Parts: sequence; C-alpha cells; structure tokens
Amino acid sequence: MPSRPGYSSTVAMDKVYLPRGSLGELYQALVDEGYEVIGPQEQQDAIVFAPLSGIEQLPWGRQEFTAPGQYRLDNASEQRAFHWNTGPQSFKPWLFKPQQVMWLGQETDDGIVFKAPVSDAKPRAFIGVRSCDIAALYLQDQHFMHGPHPDPWYSEQRRQLCIVAVNCSRAADTCFCVSTGDGPEATYGYDLLLDELDDGYLVQAKGERGNRILATLPTQGATPLQQRHAEEQLARAARQSRQMPDADTLKSLVEHLSDEQWLRIAERCLACGNCTSVCPTCFCSKQEAEQDLVSGEHQQVRVWDSCFSEQHGHIAGKNIRGEVSQRYRQWVLHKLATWQDQYQRSGCVGCGRCISWCPAAIDLVEEVNLMLGSRHD
Amino acid sequence: MTDFVPMTARLVAKTAEGDRLDTLHLKLNSDQPFGFEFGQFNMLAIPGIGEIPISIMGWQDDCLLHTVRGVGRVSDAMLALPEGSTLGLRGPFGNGWPLARFEGRDLVFITAGLGCAPVVAAINHAVTHRNRYRRIVILQGVKHHQDLLWQAKYDAWRDMGDCQVLLAASEEQKRKYHWRLGMVTELLAFAEFDPSHCAVMICGPEIMMLSAIPYLKQRQVADGDIYLSMERNFQCGQGLCGHCQLGPYFVCRDGPVFCYPDVKPWLGVKGF
Ligand SMILES: Cc1cc2nc3c(=O)[nH]c(=O)nc-3n(C[C@H](O)[C@H](O)[C@H](O)COP(=O)(O)OP(=O)(O)OC[C@H]3O[C@@H](n4cnc5c(N)ncnc54)[C@H](O)[C@@H]3O)c2cc1C
Ligand code: SF4
Ligand code: SF4
Ligand code: SF4
Ligand code: FES
Repeated sequence: MPSRPGYSSTVAMDKVYLPRGSLGELYQALVDEGYEVIGPQEQQDAIVFAPLSGIEQLPWGRQEFTAPGQYRLDNASEQRAFHWNTGPQSFKPWLFKPQQVMWLGQETDDGIVFKAPVSDAKPRAFIGVRSCDIAALYLQDQHFMHGPHPDPWYSEQRRQLCIVAVNCSRAADTCFCVSTGDGPEATYGYDLLLDELDDGYLVQAKGERGNRILATLPTQGATPLQQRHAEEQLARAARQSRQMPDADTLKSLVEHLSDEQWLRIAERCLACGNCTSVCPTCFCSKQEAEQDLVSGEHQQVRVWDSCFSEQHGHIAGKNIRGEVSQRYRQWVLHKLATWQDQYQRSGCVGCGRCISWCPAAIDLVEEVNLMLGSRHD
Repeated sequence: MTDFVPMTARLVAKTAEGDRLDTLHLKLNSDQPFGFEFGQFNMLAIPGIGEIPISIMGWQDDCLLHTVRGVGRVSDAMLALPEGSTLGLRGPFGNGWPLARFEGRDLVFITAGLGCAPVVAAINHAVTHRNRYRRIVILQGVKHHQDLLWQAKYDAWRDMGDCQVLLAASEEQKRKYHWRLGMVTELLAFAEFDPSHCAVMICGPEIMMLSAIPYLKQRQVADGDIYLSMERNFQCGQGLCGHCQLGPYFVCRDGPVFCYPDVKPWLGVKGF
C-alpha cells in the first residue's frame, strides 16, 4: 500500500503531449494489447463504466452537478471527455460483482457433485479512472486478495486489469478527496495517466506495460505552458469545501457510541443502503441458494448486501442492529474508525458518492464533523 | 478453490440427541486428511436450500461429527435429510480453543442454553486426554432440568476423578439432586479451581458471558485466561462477506474463539 502524502502536485515530471485527435489511437492501442476497453459513458442520466466501442462514446462536454441528495448531468462549459468526476459506481462492480455464482451443485445418481462456475474474467482496460477510485481499488485488494481466503473471482480479474487514469481537472461540490489524501491527482496504481487539456492530453506511464503502450502513441514533448495549465486545473480541483477529519480524529468516533446524534440522524435515514451500494470500498455480501427444478442444478450465489439491510445482523432470532440508528452507526464507525484497525487506513476515499446518492440528503462529512465537534467544544 | 467450492460429505448416520437436535456423522469424499481444532466450524450446505455455520463436534470412526439444532429453514432441512444423502462442506474455518496452551492448567467450562457445541467438543477432548490437564470444572445452566442434553455424559464426567460438574436450572421451582436453582453464573461461587493457573472457556448468550466475567474477576482470574466462543451471522466463513463484524473483528476469521481482552470493548455493546 503506497503512502498517502497530503496533496502536492508532481505534474511536471515525464509527461508528453497527445493531441485530442489522437485519443482514438490510445483506445486502439489498448484493443491491440488484447484488452476489452471499458470506459465512462452516459446512460440513463448518469456516468457509468461500460464496454466502449470507440472514444466517441465518451461523455464529451458533459459534467455532473452534485449536492447532498442530488446528482444531475448537464452540458459542461468545455468540450472534454473527462470533465465529470464520478458516476454512481466506480469500477468496483467489474471486480467485486453485484452477483457472483460461488458454486454449482448437480444432482447425479451418486449424489451431488459440486463444481466451480466458469469465470468471465478477461484482460480489461479501464479508461477515465480517478485517484479516489484507485485508492478504493487498493482497499478492495486488501480485503479480497490479501486475507486468509483470497477471492478467486476478484483476484482473477484484478490480475488482468489495465488502468488509464485521469487527473481531475475540477471537483464536484461533494468531493473531499484532498482531506482523505486520495486526490485529486493519481499517484499510484495506474498504467497510464492523463491530464486533459482543451486540445489534448498530457500523458505519463508507469511500469513496463504502460510505457510499451505509450511508445506506440504519436506523442510530442509537452510545452511548459501545457504543463502549467495541467497544474492550474489540478490546483483548482484541489479547492474543495468539504473536509473529512484526519484519520486519528476519526478513530475517536468509537468514543461516541451513545451520542444522541445517531438517533437524530436515524429520524431522517431511510435505511435504504444507497450509501453502501455506491461506496467504492464497501465489501458486504450475502449468499442465496437458487434451485433449477428442471435441470436439477443448484447455484449458490453471492449478492451485494449492506449493513443497512434487515438480515445483515440477524442472529438467534433477532437482528443485533434492529434500530436504524445502530445501522447508521455501524456504517460510519466501520467506514471511518474500525476500518483503520482492519486495513490501516480509513475506508473513505472522499469520492462523495454516498452524499449525492442519499435520498435523505444526509451528508456524511457534515454529520461526522458535527459529532466530533459536539464532543470537543 | 476448495475454500470456495464445497467438498462432498455423505451423511452415513444420524444420532438423535434431543428435540430437533441430531448429531450428523459425515464421511468426507476426499482422501485428504481433515485437520481441525475444537472451536472451529464448517459451512454445511444443502444445494438449493442454503449454507450454515456449524461447529465441529468431533471425529469418530472416520466421520466428522456435527450436532445440528433445527431452528429454521436450512437447519430444519438438514435434520430432514435421510441417511445416505450428500451435503456440501467447506472448512474448517476460524480459530479454535488454544487447548495445547492450556495443558497443565485447571479447565473451567461455562455454558448456558441448549448444548453448546464448541464447549462440549472441548470437554470431550479434555476428558479423552485427561492427564494433560489438572482439575476440570463444568458449569452448565439451562432453563429446565429436562433441557440438559447429553445427561449421560454429564453423569460420567461427574464420576470422573478431579472433575466437578455443577448444573443450574433458572426456571424451576424445586431443586433436583445434583442441581441448583438459578443462573449458571451463580454456580461460580461453588466452583473449585486454581484461579492463578486456569483457563476458562465460555460459550452461550453474551448476556451470560457478561454476568460470568465479574464473578471470575472476584475469584482473581486474569482477563487473559478467559476465552469466549462468539456467534454472529455468517454468510461466507472466510472473512469476506462482512456480516460477522464485531467492531474491528471478523468473528469468522479472528474468532469464533476470542481471548476476552481482545473483544472486551465490544462485548455487550448494543448494535455490535
Ligand atoms: C460459529 C458458529 C457455530 C455454530 N455452531 C452450531 C452448531 O454446532 N450447531 C447448531 O445447531 N447451530 C450452530 N450455529 C448456529 C447455526 O449456524 C444457525 O442456527 C443456522 O445458521 C440457522 O440457519 P437456518 O436457515 O436453519 O435458520 P434461519 O431460518 O435462517 O434462522 C433461524 C435462526 O438462526 C439465525 N441464523 C440464520 N442464519 C444464520 C447465520 N448464517 N449465522 C448465524 N445465525 C443465523 C437466525 O437469526 C434465526 O434466529 C453456529 C453458528 C455460528 C456462527
Ligand atoms: S464513504 Fe462516501 S465519500 Fe467515502 S468512499 Fe464511500 S461513498 Fe465515497
Ligand atoms: S459493514 Fe456496512 S459500511 Fe462496512 S463494508 Fe459492509 S456495508 Fe459497507
Ligand atoms: S444514510 Fe442515506 S443512503 Fe444511507 S441508508 Fe440512510 S437514507 Fe439511505
Ligand atoms: S462470515 Fe463472512 S466475513 Fe465472517
């Protein structure tokens, strides 16, 4: 896990310039390397990661406007492909799938035979990944790949990933990655990294694969002016109004177990679980048994779950988190405090999704600051 | 991928233990040795119905023993399986009782409720390897006399040298021979063991654990000599599904057996 220094730009190093007209060649280079290319596109009024048939599918000239409980796409002032910041999902669903068959059970004359499902992992390249989502990916790596029982499906796809990241050139109103140390500049975890300018891209590569791809592109040296523009827009993206308290302060949330504020939030929270399902680091799942009466084949399926759901804490005839206040507290304490015991950092990368997709407009950062403040003053 | 895809196990025999409670004798269809510790668990699956965590009760005649209580959909279906059926089995998972570390000490077992498999398995082990341990004290609480499972076992343990069996019934009016009225924790006043050289193993409702601990403190038992077998909702058993979290812990992976000081801050906190 790379260290997460506070925000400071390193734009100047090793960047070359790719004219906008040549972005298609980057796409083609990924295809030629054998990747299925997945990229952002507009679907049902949101930016989603989906297979890309060409760069014209990118959300050119579109950006999102967010606020607590709000997400709206509109025309941007600039005709860029990456002027948006986040959609409702990071690329998490491509690795930790919303539904994953765990095993198949077939009835035979000799009893039941169990077998593993066919994996659909393949070399996949993701274009337009942001630094917050790379940080979230590294957290999911720790959870799914570095425990005592590495998840075979996650791991197989993870090993075949190529990442073309983009530095954010602006920040949505709900972004607060600077305070968590996860953005707006990508500093690790990518093969190629772009800074998007009005007429083209500054490109840098990391590692053998990234450099190999970069070498095939018709790049030119980047001018000092282009580099300055990239630095300026990164600095603009780093001006964010929300601030998550630092990791040590967040740890002290466990001293607020019986704070009345949990009850006040619970009056507004619908326990819908939207926050956990849009969060790029949440990892909870439940298992469901499915039976095909005709073929006699059975499937055990893993499905995303949330600590807001009714059965998450079900045990011995009761739900140990029967109250909504207890579920909201589980989400916040796990994400921000006990996550640090599990994975040596907080589970929040500052993407702001849980804020914009909360139907009750509950603002995680505001609630946490209120709670920590109410104790300290 | 055997951690994820179950191996098959054949139900060769069922022993009735009580009302809706059977011990399943499972023969693994695998030549691999199946090493386990008492206190660990397996995920037992009936395809198309579901998968549940069940403690490992023991190993007998080439069979793995699991004692299952029918309390709901999957466990009821498991009890309804005819002999000869096949089940899926993943495991063993989790940390068991560190019994090797307890050698040469007095062992104190505290359980409440209807036959707590992880503790009964550990008692069986201690009794089988009697000379490795010093005194054995068994404290069991139930609501009514007739709820006590494995009555014959308790009688045999009581008759064994250097073994004290104390039973309590919390919802009885009249005291029966060998029994006391009240909660299992009240039995601790009568337990004879060396507090400075013991290991206490507790399994049962958390409320019982919470009331036993002050009694143990009164007897000067060190926190670090108290071990608890915890239960939470398990979906995967492998530290992935997140359901079993208890504060910073994944009970399936970091437990289910915990040393008391580790879980102390989270024990009995409502909502965890
Ligand atoms: C570490 C561990 C060891 C266990 N050992 C044994 C054992 O040796 N013998 C035994 O009979 N039982 C044991 N249990 C309990 C057993 O797992 C549950 O009784 C079983 O999961 C219930 O499933 P069901 O579908 O039959 O019931 P459901 O209809 O799902 O529910 C019945 C009851 O069981 C609880 N429950 C449901 N699913 C789970 C789950 N995944 N984990 C925990 N509780 C659940 C519910 O809250 C409800 O009160 C153990 C549980 C754990 C966590
Ligand atoms: S907690 Fe909210 S802001 Fe933080 S990573 Fe999750 S969705 Fe993003
Ligand atoms: S417990 Fe809640 S907050 Fe934590 S990973 Fe699971 S769903 Fe997310
Ligand atoms: S905080 Fe908002 S998104 Fe999360 S469960 Fe409550 S209402 Fe839903
Ligand atoms: S049972 Fe799934 S994480 Fe513990």
